[in-house]
Amino acid sequence: MNFGVIVFPGSNCDHDCVHILSDVLGQKAIEVWHKETSLSGLEAVILPGGFSYGDYLRTGAIARFSPVMAAIKQFSAEGGMVLGICNGFQILLEAGLLPGAMLRNTSLHFICKDVYVRVENAATPFTGRCEPWQVLKLPIAHADGNYYTDEVTLSQMKANAQVVFRYCTPEGKIMPEANPNGSLDNIAGIRNAAGNVLGMMPHPERCAEDVLGNDDGRLIFLSMLDALKKAVLQPKTVGV
Amino acid sequence: MKAKIHVTLKPGILDPQGKAIEQALATLGYASASNVRMGKYLELDLNEKDKVKAEVEVKAMCEKLLANTIIEEYRYELS
Repeated sequence: MNFGVIVFPGSNCDHDCVHILSDVLGQKAIEVWHKETSLSGLEAVILPGGFSYGDYLRTGAIARFSPVMAAIKQFSAEGGMVLGICNGFQILLEAGLLPGAMLRNTSLHFICKDVYVRVENAATPFTGRCEPWQVLKLPIAHADGNYYTDEVTLSQMKANAQVVFRYCTPEGKIMPEANPNGSLDNIAGIRNAAGNVLGMMPHPERCAEDVLGNDDGRLIFLSMLDALKKAVLQPKTVGV
Repeated sequence: MKAKIHVTLKPGILDPQGKAIEQALATLGYASASNVRMGKYLELDLNEKDKVKAEVEVKAMCEKLLANTIIEEYRYELS
C-alpha cells in the first residue's frame, strides 16, 4: 500500500512514521512536502507530529493553509484515509477536517511520558485490530493536548461514536487522575463523522516495534492496512 | 491604515496561563487582582484607505487565521 507522510516546515515525526510503514511493515511510504498539490497514487495520508511553523500563532494554525491541505481536503472528501498524529491532529482540527480545538495543557507543562488510552470504538479502520475497550500504552509529548468542543458537538460526536481513544488508568478506568492534560472527557483521539479521518494526540509511531519494548502502536497501522486491503477488494468501504 | 487586534479566549474557556499569572500576582502581594485572562495582541498596517473595506478585510483575517473562533473571540481598532 502507498502511504504519504506529509512534511511541514517544523514537522519532526515524519521519519519515524516512514520507518514504521516501510521498514517495519514493508509498505511503500513517501514523504510529501507541504507544497505538493497532488496526492495521486496514495492510499493513505499521515500528518505527523512536530512543531509545524514553530506553533506560531496557534499550533497548526498556519500549516492548515499549506498548499497540500487542499489536496488533503479533497482526498478526505473522497473517502481517503487520513491519520493525524499530535501536531497532525492539531492541523486537522484547525483545518476543520475534525471537530473541536486544542487548548494549552491545564498544567501548562509540556508532558512527555507513556500514558494509557482505552479504545472506545474498535470498529474504525484505525482500530479494527483492537478489542473493544482495549487498553493501549502509548507515549505522549505535547503542550497543547487539551481537547475542547462545545456541548452540542460533543453529544453529536458521542452519538456518532466519534470518540476513539480516551485517557485511562492502566486498568482501563476513565478517571481525572489518568487525564494528563485536562482534555474534555479524557478525549485522546477522535474521528470525523464519515470515519475516514482520525486524529490522536499519542504517538503510535513511537511504539510500533518490539525492540522499543512496546509495540501497542503497531495495532493502529495494522488496522489501517487491513482496511486498505479490504477497500481494494471492495472499493469505498474505507470509511465504514 | 493601522489595525490593532486583540484575540482572547472566549469566556468560560479554561485559561491556565491566566490562572498561573493570577497566582504569581497574588504571591507578589497583588491579591486584589482576579479573573486574569491572557490574550494576544497583533498590529498590522493595511494598504487600504477606505475604512469600510479595511474593516471587511481585517474581520476576514480574524475569522480565517488570527483567531480560532471555536475557542477565541477578537476585537479590532482601525486608525
